[in-house]
Amino acid sequence: MARVVVDVMLKPEILDPQGAAVLAALPRLGVAGVTGVRQGKRFELDVEGEPDLATVQDLADRLLANPVIEDYTVRVES
Amino acid sequence: MVTFPGSLDDRDAQRAVRLAGGDPVALWHGDADLAGVDAVVLPGGFSYGDHLRAGAIARFSPVVGAVVAAARSGMPVLGICNGFQVLCEAHLLPGALTRNAGMHFICRDQWLRVENTTSSWTSAFEVGASVIIPVKHGEGRYVASTETLAELEGEGRVAFRYLGGGAGGEQGDDARRPANPNGSLDDIAGIVSADGKVVGLMPHPEHAVESLTGPSEDGLGLFVSALQSLGVAA
Repeated sequence: MARVVVDVMLKPEILDPQGAAVLAALPRLGVAGVTGVRQGKRFELDVEGEPDLATVQDLADRLLANPVIEDYTVRVES
Repeated sequence: MVTFPGSLDDRDAQRAVRLAGGDPVALWHGDADLAGVDAVVLPGGFSYGDHLRAGAIARFSPVVGAVVAAARSGMPVLGICNGFQVLCEAHLLPGALTRNAGMHFICRDQWLRVENTTSSWTSAFEVGASVIIPVKHGEGRYVASTETLAELEGEGRVAFRYLGGGAGGEQGDDARRPANPNGSLDDIAGIVSADGKVVGLMPHPEHAVESLTGPSEDGLGLFVSALQSLGVAA
């Protein structure tokens, strides 16, 4: 059993109101010096046998991420 | 009229079709069969709970597969709110809908300007007409690449644009109610496909079909347009 991790982030040019809301809350926690927060998604796919990264790549491109607004990375977790 | 698990406005939209003089046919998300309909409406709501991204799971439902095939051979398709999100995810329309810039879910009557009157769903309107139709969404901010926006603008494929207060009076010039409810690029509220048959918009025309329940009857224009373009108007 292998685990493949797909990280999905909004493209840098796409506004991220959720990240902005988190950033706005930081001063209330007494935290200074954080200048930006972006919120993304992490998918963990448990795969039987040797993972077929091409298939996961295709899955990320068609379902897990929307390439119009999001970037993604695919990696096997050791 | 497609019903997904989580559709909310399918019954209202069926009623709007009936009021416009059409015969609504209920379609089910799990069936790839379009039952011989002449046009398809994907209604508002939260299909499949909007998990992952709004419209992302619905895109792979059997019925949307059939809708995509039908649209490619010229069937008029309208996507309202969540339906618009599904059409973008299915690549029948370019771009995407993202979370509202102001972080709030917006529910209000909204003035719009009709920009395109040549599509299957907007031909009954006059160019530049101001209409008032409710919006209610949390993820309605239209985004697309600079090239796509230029293409939409250049080809006259922006169907509706958010309009500021004062256009018709009721919304007034209240600065707390900016024209654009969600930060949509170019104030885009709805767009048209290259062939003019597929339209998606965030506002809900099915909620503006009679004075008793809506702010206007302006929404009927979309359904009347489709019936006229199909040559079956009452």
